[in-house]
Amino acid sequence: MGGWAIAVHGGAGVDPNLPPHRQEQAKQLLTRCLHLGISALNSNLPAIDVVELVVRELETDPLFNSGRGSALTEKGTVEMEASIMDGTKRRCGAVSGVTTVKNPISLARLVMDKSPHSYLAFSGAEQFARQQIVDNDYFITPENVGMLKLAKEANAILFDYRIPIETCGAGAGKEKALQMNGLPISVYAPETVGCVVVDSEGACAAATSTGGLMNKMTGTYACELCGVSCTGEGEAIIRATLAREVAAVMEYKGLRLQQAVDFVIKERLDQGMAGLIAVSNTGEVAYGFNCNGMFRGCATQDGFMEVGIWE
Amino acid sequence: MGWAIALHGGAGDIPLSLPPDRRQPREDALRRCLRIGVEALKSQMPPLDVVELVVRELENCPHYNAGRGSVLTSKGTVEMEAAIMDGNTKKCGAVSGLTTVVNAISLARLVMEKTPHIYLAFDGAEEFAKEQGVETVDSSHFITPENIERLKQAKEANRVQIDYTQPIQNDAKKEPPMPNGDTQLGTVGCVAVDSHGNLASATSTGGLVNKMAGRIGDTPLIGAGTYANEFCAVSATGKGEAIIRGTVARDVAAMMEFKGVSLEEATKCIVEERTPKGTVGLVAVSAKGEIAMPYNTTGMFRACASEDGYSEIAIWSSDLKEVSDVH
Repeated sequence: MGGWAIAVHGGAGVDPNLPPHRQEQAKQLLTRCLHLGISALNSNLPAIDVVELVVRELETDPLFNSGRGSALTEKGTVEMEASIMDGTKRRCGAVSGVTTVKNPISLARLVMDKSPHSYLAFSGAEQFARQQIVDNDYFITPENVGMLKLAKEANAILFDYRIPIETCGAGAGKEKALQMNGLPISVYAPETVGCVVVDSEGACAAATSTGGLMNKMTGTYACELCGVSCTGEGEAIIRATLAREVAAVMEYKGLRLQQAVDFVIKERLDQGMAGLIAVSNTGEVAYGFNCNGMFRGCATQDGFMEVGIWE
Repeated sequence: MGWAIALHGGAGDIPLSLPPDRRQPREDALRRCLRIGVEALKSQMPPLDVVELVVRELENCPHYNAGRGSVLTSKGTVEMEAAIMDGNTKKCGAVSGLTTVVNAISLARLVMEKTPHIYLAFDGAEEFAKEQGVETVDSSHFITPENIERLKQAKEANRVQIDYTQPIQNDAKKEPPMPNGDTQLGTVGCVAVDSHGNLASATSTGGLVNKMAGRIGDTPLIGAGTYANEFCAVSATGKGEAIIRGTVARDVAAMMEFKGVSLEEATKCIVEERTPKGTVGLVAVSAKGEIAMPYNTTGMFRACASEDGYSEIAIWSSDLKEVSDVH
């Protein structure tokens, strides 16, 4: 076994004009979360507990769009979702459409540990969470209310089923701007946070949490070989079964972790934009993305550590 | 090469003693739906339309656990879910938590074609249904007296009842046999390929008896209960949680693509080696027109036909494989 390894992300698809102080804040948060995970790993916490712990921290900080800080639906409410998977037993838990739960990732963990099911959504998930209920206002930060206003003005629809209007009067004539999820990149907020860990026993785990739309199941996967957490355009991730794909090409084609990550990012995303972080049971860590940037950090037991945003 | 179609009405612990009055209507429905699918393929209907058509028919049949006939949550309500996927484009659509939509599979198709998204659930999905003008009815339409009884029994046994499981036996005293003699309900699904190798998959379900409200199973999860790409189309059924963990449908396709094994080898490996016994059944077709319908449960309601004249309708492995002339 190659020792522990950890990677975290705060979403893919970054506004190129993000002010330097915001970039710095993001890097500091990623570094803090990495250190939190590292000290947990050094005190022999199992991988599944480490990913939950780190994602809780990312959810609690409003900087990235999950938990407190979640993007708002068209109705101005938050609908969060989260998914967690334990590679050793391939157990998993997920929640969607959660509005009042402080840490969706911990609710996902409870679905895995305490319910006969793998996936609970909306009022059923809320009911299940009764003990953890906090006021919905807790998640709505002033900055996000502004974000919704901008999105509405851009005539794009946030995380809703209606088709975004391709070009409206106001936007006509301007050069086609970089977009994610049908939104100009300056308005788009990376939706997701995630963490993958392999502990020194070689056990892998993955956790992902978001304020975005349905289905993080396909964005989170862990098995005996690796743990993967994805971010980006959810539809592209679902269609490619992206997280599972990394494990599949490792298992069935015998690719190494970084090769597997490069393969799925290059071959499996079509026009969709996404990124992912991954660890293998031998203590390797890898990431990849096909958009302009991804908030990410990674570290391994041998002392390697990296925190970055751009390519 | 040539067209092929396979459909299922659920896998599980189907007792060999299933009485004829419980067995016959389900076999009749399989036969009728198979014939509809075969006719459609013969008249050049694209596989994506064929699987939707066939699953609609199965949803409308009260003997299966989808659409009318859906089993009840612990609250006595129905929460239906479905998914559809086109192999060539990998376009897909899924819905969960439906309470009034008559044909969940067609709403999944609309999510795929009319929205930028893949998956809508609960209020958002119901709202979308109304906007699209699909047929809706009062939720009571889906609730059959049989399923009220099943819920009652499941509650008495205080457990979540998987599609086909028998009522839990109380060791202390002999439980009276269930009034209906079985809990034979199942998720429904259909996979099809045309003579050009175009593939599609569709699955629809009412979920588990006495499931927690809000529970999402494998059916609407792309890669778990439903998947299609340029190699094969797969629809799985059984214990949802095991199918999710095993990403069963995607795994069949992944083994074919990355290991270069045949449809038969891939499905056999998944069902025999990679999922716990008693949890999974699936139907699958390959781009070449091969068919596989393995299961590791007692039985699976299933039917298939291919252009070369083969067809079969069966429940267990031991029963006489009925070869009916659907061609």
